[in-house]
Amino acid sequence: MADLNANAGVVPQGPKPKKRLSRGNIFLYGTLIVVSLYYLLPLYVMMVTSLKGMPEIRMGNVFGPPLEITYQPWVKAWSEACTGINCDGLSRGFWNSVWILVPSLVLSISIASVNGYALANWKFKGSETFFTVLIIGAFIPYQTMLYPLVIMLRESGDGITWLVSWMNPILEALGMEPFGRIRLMGSLSGLVIVHSIFGMPILTLLFRNYFASVPEELFKAARVDGAGFWTIYFKIMLPMALPIFVVAIILQVTGIWNDFLFGVIYTKPNIYPMTVQLNNIVNSVQGVKEYNVNMAATLLTGLVPLVIYFASGKLFVRGIAAGAVKG
Amino acid sequence: MNFRTKLLAATAIVSASAASAVELEVTHWWTSGGEAAAVSKFADAWNATGNTWVDGAIAGSGGTARPIIISRILGGDPMAATQLNHGRQAEELIEAGLLLDLTDVAEAGGWRDIVNPSSLLDSCTLDGRIYCVPVNIHSAQWLWLSHDAYEKAGVAVPSDWNEFVASAPALEKAGVTPLAMGQQGWQQNLAFGAITIAVAGLDAWREVTVNKNADVARGPEYTAVFEAVASARELARESNVQDWNQATNMVITGTAGAQLMGDWAQGEFSVAQQVEGEDYSCLPGLGLNPILDTGGDAFYFPVNDDPEITAAQKELAALLISPEVQVSFNLAKGSLPVRGDIDMAAANGCMQKGLGILADGGVLPSGDQSLSADTQTQIEDLMAQFWSSDMPASEAQAKYADIIARAD
Amino acid sequence: MTVASDPPVQTVRKPNRMFKNKMAKIASIPMILTALCVFVGGTLWTVLHSFTGSRMLPKRDWVGLAQYERLWDSDRWIISVKNLALYGFFSLTFTLVVAFCLAACLDRKIRFENTFRTIFLYPFALSFVVTGLAWQWILNPQFGFQSVVRGWGWESFNFDPLNNPETVMFGLLIAGLWQGTGLIMCIMLAGLRGIDEDIWKAARVDGIGTVKTYVQVIIPMMRPVFITSLVLIASGIIKLYDLVVAQTNGGPGISSEVPAKYVINYMFQAQNLGQGFAASTMMLVSVVIILIPWAYLEFGGKKNG
Repeated sequence: MADLNANAGVVPQGPKPKKRLSRGNIFLYGTLIVVSLYYLLPLYVMMVTSLKGMPEIRMGNVFGPPLEITYQPWVKAWSEACTGINCDGLSRGFWNSVWILVPSLVLSISIASVNGYALANWKFKGSETFFTVLIIGAFIPYQTMLYPLVIMLRESGDGITWLVSWMNPILEALGMEPFGRIRLMGSLSGLVIVHSIFGMPILTLLFRNYFASVPEELFKAARVDGAGFWTIYFKIMLPMALPIFVVAIILQVTGIWNDFLFGVIYTKPNIYPMTVQLNNIVNSVQGVKEYNVNMAATLLTGLVPLVIYFASGKLFVRGIAAGAVKG
Repeated sequence: MNFRTKLLAATAIVSASAASAVELEVTHWWTSGGEAAAVSKFADAWNATGNTWVDGAIAGSGGTARPIIISRILGGDPMAATQLNHGRQAEELIEAGLLLDLTDVAEAGGWRDIVNPSSLLDSCTLDGRIYCVPVNIHSAQWLWLSHDAYEKAGVAVPSDWNEFVASAPALEKAGVTPLAMGQQGWQQNLAFGAITIAVAGLDAWREVTVNKNADVARGPEYTAVFEAVASARELARESNVQDWNQATNMVITGTAGAQLMGDWAQGEFSVAQQVEGEDYSCLPGLGLNPILDTGGDAFYFPVNDDPEITAAQKELAALLISPEVQVSFNLAKGSLPVRGDIDMAAANGCMQKGLGILADGGVLPSGDQSLSADTQTQIEDLMAQFWSSDMPASEAQAKYADIIARAD
Repeated sequence: MTVASDPPVQTVRKPNRMFKNKMAKIASIPMILTALCVFVGGTLWTVLHSFTGSRMLPKRDWVGLAQYERLWDSDRWIISVKNLALYGFFSLTFTLVVAFCLAACLDRKIRFENTFRTIFLYPFALSFVVTGLAWQWILNPQFGFQSVVRGWGWESFNFDPLNNPETVMFGLLIAGLWQGTGLIMCIMLAGLRGIDEDIWKAARVDGIGTVKTYVQVIIPMMRPVFITSLVLIASGIIKLYDLVVAQTNGGPGISSEVPAKYVINYMFQAQNLGQGFAASTMMLVSVVIILIPWAYLEFGGKKNG
């Protein structure tokens, strides 16, 4: 809190753009830069390590800049490192990860934002109970849910097969291919569902609490105008919730992109995400550990979330809530 | 909901129709460069038969790969073959009828006669039926010594564990950490196991580990073991690295005199371009008892309701243990082959020592085959606690005996 | 003590309870299914199997409370629980304070806001398997931070948190804060952005200082955002696993073990599902004990008020 205290004496005029370098401003930037150093230190260590050769890493100078810069670890991590018999590095799983990310992201955020909206503005009997259960769910280490979920997916796959089987005679009569045995295990759809389930508690909470702090006059006015559930959601709530959507996207992109466990359990090798390759490069048990390649692979894997973090910055706009009411 | 159901139906159909007849998906945790080279020997041999090897590599044996493998098998859509440590790990899957019975393949191939040591096949066997194919042998009881460190200390490179302990003061005087030790339970447990066999001898070891006799674990042989481990703990005081290969690196650079590690440490020495006998020495069985355990890897084949796949699974099982594949695989992997009837002349010095011991019958079953994973985890916890604290040897021994008494 | 929007919502919904809420109920079906089938169902399944002797596969051979007796008899579990309490307290406090201060700094219309925000947030994007290793190296006394400071001439400088059982949890905290504060900061920032500019004008007119405005006006307005942050941090603390595995693997010895690691190790490594389930049931019970009264206050209390 020290920085704020200092500001208090010098800039009492609130968050207004400063025209000159006041003492408070120097302090503000000073604090931010010092804190940034703490955040950047590991990145620095990883960068320099990824540019060193293994003999140099064995010498053990963690902070020293590379004596001889080599880009080989990066090349290796992206396109040469072996993960089993496939020696094409991280590039192998990149598009799989994208194909997993996009539907999971869209589905989980749509469900959760509607949940949050319903919970904040359209309470019904029992809605808070379900919400409490969800919140408790956020505290369960998801590893303990692996086996129950495997069983559920197996059974519901069979259930859906049974449900759609009545259509098969019709499809055959029409000359179309009938439904075969539908499996949720080992398919992309199963994985998308799992991501939506595990993203739901925190995301729902995020949206519920955000919508709860939106001024209620807006909602009331719309109701008076006869707007319904979806109209209010799309016309009023969505445009106002941009910052929280950004947070939700940050949360989900990171979670889904870095997920490894669900990706391997609920899919098959042909759609394994990139993190499987990352894990295989990094976690070899008895093989030789190449720290430089590990660091490069981690940084490469982190690039997609990083780009999204940076690109989403513009959406961190100030809410238009109050203005809209008055206008 | 509509959207979701459609999406789900669409993708499910695609994935269902994508599977073709003799594509076998194989899960394993060999992912580093050398290991990958070894796996590709399997894959090449399999692809040469006109079938297709779909590689499902997942690094990290115990905690990472195992839940994935079991989930896949439980989920009703298993891989065609999977690596597991042989031993007691797969017992329950076999009992639940989830793994394919390979007895007919084994009889046709005469595995009983060719697998050496035969204990490897025993650990694939439950109620007289064979369920897995052993593919290689790794052993843990090796002492790796740095010639560089001993040069600094001005003493001769020891030829067994006792000489090593005696040389420790000289090493310390020269500023060298006598024993490199990664601060992880499994490494400390590995060291404990190696010292046990060297100090307590085979009979006491077998009585405790195989027969779970807690009285012997409380007895004088094991008191000597725990005292030896306690003194090893003092020798490793200055070693505070985590990964096993960081500890190996201390031996390579001569900052540590020795390390207790399995035969896979060989890989780190070769990558650092060290020459056996010049830069480093290896002492199997710590130079005291020429005995190695026979841990290693095996492949299991989950039951599949498609008869075509079942036939292909059996074909693959026979292929993995065939002589040519065994030679090429184990040379690439740096492990020992499971059959005694093949020529491994291309192996390096340390591997030759190991082969010699195997040929002389100096084998004991791996702890994996005698103790359950649960018991092993408890021993690892105890070892982690013991190595990093000042817990007296007697207390550790008492706790150890309690774990053995509870073991199943 | 109620959420800001509650009273008006009630007045709105009363006349339309029958029809207008139908859509809200339909829209909530995925949530209800998830809550009932996955979280309630999965939890009951877990609790049920904690009374069995399940090893590698879930089985129904009842052993009564044997798994719980063994759990509370285990040194490792007791240490895990103590560590979690210690780590939890400091992590919660520091994350909230640091994240709010950073968000407030970024909200003051500074230049390079995007850059700073990305810097604070990037650790969240990187897999901890390897960043844990980077921290391990930085904190390693032989080639990390300590040796650098000693190299500057401060020979007696001692900084070796990871090798001392007394301080290892703080070593983890350094890396945990590094990874976790960025996201909380973003949530706080989103909350601050939702606050009307006019509040600041009004505060300025009244002559209230910046810090005072934050503490007395802004923070109370951000209560829902703080609750979100609190749940997010707390659930992260309970589930603490990756960080420990990557950085210390529970060491030195077992002095940095945590409950989630105990659960996962016993389920998958030791293949003793029953023991793992017993431990996770204990975790769940403590979460429920804390959360249910809170949920009652949060949602139930308003009906009376």
